[in-house]
Amino acid sequence: MAALARSWATKPGIGLVASVFWIGLAALPLIGSVWESPSFDYYMFMGQSMLIYAISVLGLNLLIGFNGQISLGHSAFFAVGAYTAAILMNFGGIPYWATLPVAAVVCFGAGFLFGFPALKLEGHYLALATFTLAIAVPQLLKHKSIAGWTGGVGGLLLDKPDPPFGLPLTADQWLYYLCLAVAMVLFWIVFNMLRGRSGRAMMAIRDHAMAAGTMGIDTALYKTATFGISAGITGVAGALSAITIAYVAPDSFTLQLSISFLVGLVVGGIASLPGCMIGGAFIVLVQNSSQSISDWMKDTFSLRYDVPAWAIYGTLLLLLMFFLPNGIAGGLAAIRSRLGRKS
Amino acid sequence: MESILEVKGLSAWYGQSRALFDLDLTIAQGGVTALLGANGAGKTTSLRAICNMVRRTGSTVMDGTDIGRRSTEDIVRMGVAHVPEGRGTFVALTVEENLRLAFHIRRDRKAAERDMEKVFVYFPRLKERIHQQAGTLSGGEQQMLAVARALMLAPRLMLLDEPSFGLAPLIVQEIFRILRRINEDEKVSMLIVEQNAALALELADHVYLLETGKVVMSGPSAIVKDDETLRKAYLGY
Amino acid sequence: MEFFVQQIASGMTSGAIYACVALGLVMIYVSTDHINFAQGEMAMFATYLAWAMIDAGVPYWVAFGSTILVAFFSGLLIQRVILKPLETAPVLALVVCFIALLSIFNALAGMIWSFTIKQFPSPFPRIDIFGNGLVSAQQIGVVAVTLVMLAILTVFFRYTTLGLAMRAAAQNATSARLMGVRVSWMLALGWGLASGIGAIAGMLVAPIVFLDPNMMTGILVYGFAGALVGGIANPLGAVAGGFIVGVLENLVGSYIIGNELKLSFALIMVVGVLLLKPAGIFGRVIVRRV
Repeated sequence: MAALARSWATKPGIGLVASVFWIGLAALPLIGSVWESPSFDYYMFMGQSMLIYAISVLGLNLLIGFNGQISLGHSAFFAVGAYTAAILMNFGGIPYWATLPVAAVVCFGAGFLFGFPALKLEGHYLALATFTLAIAVPQLLKHKSIAGWTGGVGGLLLDKPDPPFGLPLTADQWLYYLCLAVAMVLFWIVFNMLRGRSGRAMMAIRDHAMAAGTMGIDTALYKTATFGISAGITGVAGALSAITIAYVAPDSFTLQLSISFLVGLVVGGIASLPGCMIGGAFIVLVQNSSQSISDWMKDTFSLRYDVPAWAIYGTLLLLLMFFLPNGIAGGLAAIRSRLGRKS
Repeated sequence: MESILEVKGLSAWYGQSRALFDLDLTIAQGGVTALLGANGAGKTTSLRAICNMVRRTGSTVMDGTDIGRRSTEDIVRMGVAHVPEGRGTFVALTVEENLRLAFHIRRDRKAAERDMEKVFVYFPRLKERIHQQAGTLSGGEQQMLAVARALMLAPRLMLLDEPSFGLAPLIVQEIFRILRRINEDEKVSMLIVEQNAALALELADHVYLLETGKVVMSGPSAIVKDDETLRKAYLGY
Repeated sequence: MEFFVQQIASGMTSGAIYACVALGLVMIYVSTDHINFAQGEMAMFATYLAWAMIDAGVPYWVAFGSTILVAFFSGLLIQRVILKPLETAPVLALVVCFIALLSIFNALAGMIWSFTIKQFPSPFPRIDIFGNGLVSAQQIGVVAVTLVMLAILTVFFRYTTLGLAMRAAAQNATSARLMGVRVSWMLALGWGLASGIGAIAGMLVAPIVFLDPNMMTGILVYGFAGALVGGIANPLGAVAGGFIVGVLENLVGSYIIGNELKLSFALIMVVGVLLLKPAGIFGRVIVRRV
């Protein structure tokens, strides 16, 4: 696992594959201008979701894959980011793009604060604390004392933003570019951080916390800071989701959301940056096809009720833990090294 | 003499580092064999390897049966009792519970109850403390409890890892006296690992000397005891 | 005053259920050092099985007993097939596994029986014991069943050889092996027992909160809180913790923060205990050697 992270840490630049990848993503919406399809906007929306989930997984991966902590509660930070953006837009009249840095800071603060108690917890205990956080948050969001701000159970309805400067794009194409730009910035920041001293310190803490401490690394500071940054990144994703979906409600931010992040992380590959993109795409694909998978299963196995996405996630997680614990990215890396050895 | 345990070419590893190099040992039936050597010589590892507690290669045959692929608990059920380094006391259980645990594998309940009485005859101190929490016992008492636990398994072979470690001389003498009685009266073969060579030589019939995972000397303890040059060269006294 | 007594009674009832969940959690934690996040969903699934049996005409106590047996063997099987191979895997892999089990059980229940709420029968008559609306037979029944189960378990662990072997395996696996104890089977047994206890908790709570696949999620969190408060390595402590949390939750909910913030209260309790006294009220701290 550590090897996955370090292979790109020593090479300068982001490599050919990554460059082609990002340019390709940027070019995708332009296909829409050529291919006159009515559902193209929907694909743009799917693209936004994939990017948003990829960013969320990036945040989670920073904490789990690169710093060795654990969180089942990132849905909470996603929610905080989403509601921060929603409240600022709704009550503060703040433009949507300005809510992003605010959400980042607010969630960083929340994560940093949570990071303090998290210092004393490890492994199962930290998982337990974050699990409880994930479950408590939806109920908290519905509480009447803050319903004036949060819209209570019904949530807040927002306006979908229009492309600026009269650009010849649809709203969804523009939002896709927004998500893509944010993703590129965040991936770039994390990529550089991990290659530098902070990254090495984080990973040292992951690999052997006590040894890292004796080497002079302020483990407490790094761990809380990583929690903060991780929460901040996922919070930005939350803000983006509020903007793109134009709606926030407490029941969108349940434990199930945390679990989808976890699935994306594990499927893509822990401690793998490309894995975050794979994971993000995977989550959306499963969500979208869960109805068709469910229909197929109902027919094949004569079930009476729908197969929820949960079941697919759960079975997949188990199979992965047994057969592909390093996720798809890990699997690809293993294949590549085996091919490399043969030639 | 018949051997109860034949070890051939035994090697053992802790992770990637090798601790034993092709050991050959023969433990005589009914006798006491001592495994001597300095710290780090591989004595404890040998006992662990015999019980399959570490990664090992080679052959270990007990009474004609190859025990090389069996799990530790199955080897115990076959009649090997290992009194480990550090005593292995169940500190949260009482003395009685430590002993009664053996009932889990004993088929004959009556025989096990009789063994419990026997154990208290050997170790009257344990009877005094029967309901005490084992963790509060002194070092010597915990060692006695460990031997008693092993006895309760009705073993044919007892492996003892440094039974004198950290104990006052008087207690050690008492324990070794009892060990001799157990060997003679219960007909339990023994393999004792010790750093205290003089003590082990008194009790043992046969001696192996280990150095960095290899056997460097082997012979009847009577000869080793009486031969001054041999003793000085290998055992330092 | 009456209201206070009602809240205590109601708290003891919830507490009994949290105590069951906590006990199941502690049982697995003590023997394997793992926290079973899927405990709640497994209990819920077992309760659905009971419901299905009762729905098909099986008498209540027969269904009750059979469900416990099925839960026992399922727990055992899960430990053997899924968890044992991952014995040496890092913590994250195990946590992922538990979350996976959680998801699968939740989804399966929804798939087989749908997500609509169902009624679950209670074996206790709907009468007031003292005739003044303070304590119902239902509430006493729940606490009574819990206490009977606890008594049986205490006898099992304290006075039987198998119980002793399980305790020994949980405390010191190496020494237990050296006494011939098949430690991995003891772990499987522990899982089986924990599943059975969970099933009892589910069947006791279902008449009160109605049966639906998400029934146990909140209860699980309280079970965690109870286990932590009482001492996650201490079975009796966990039970006491469960009752304490139950009563506290009711009192705090009624008098201080209102019922809509109960889960946040659980969160504060969980984090608070983990920070201030991780070994719990009755637990002993275990030092970790480098």
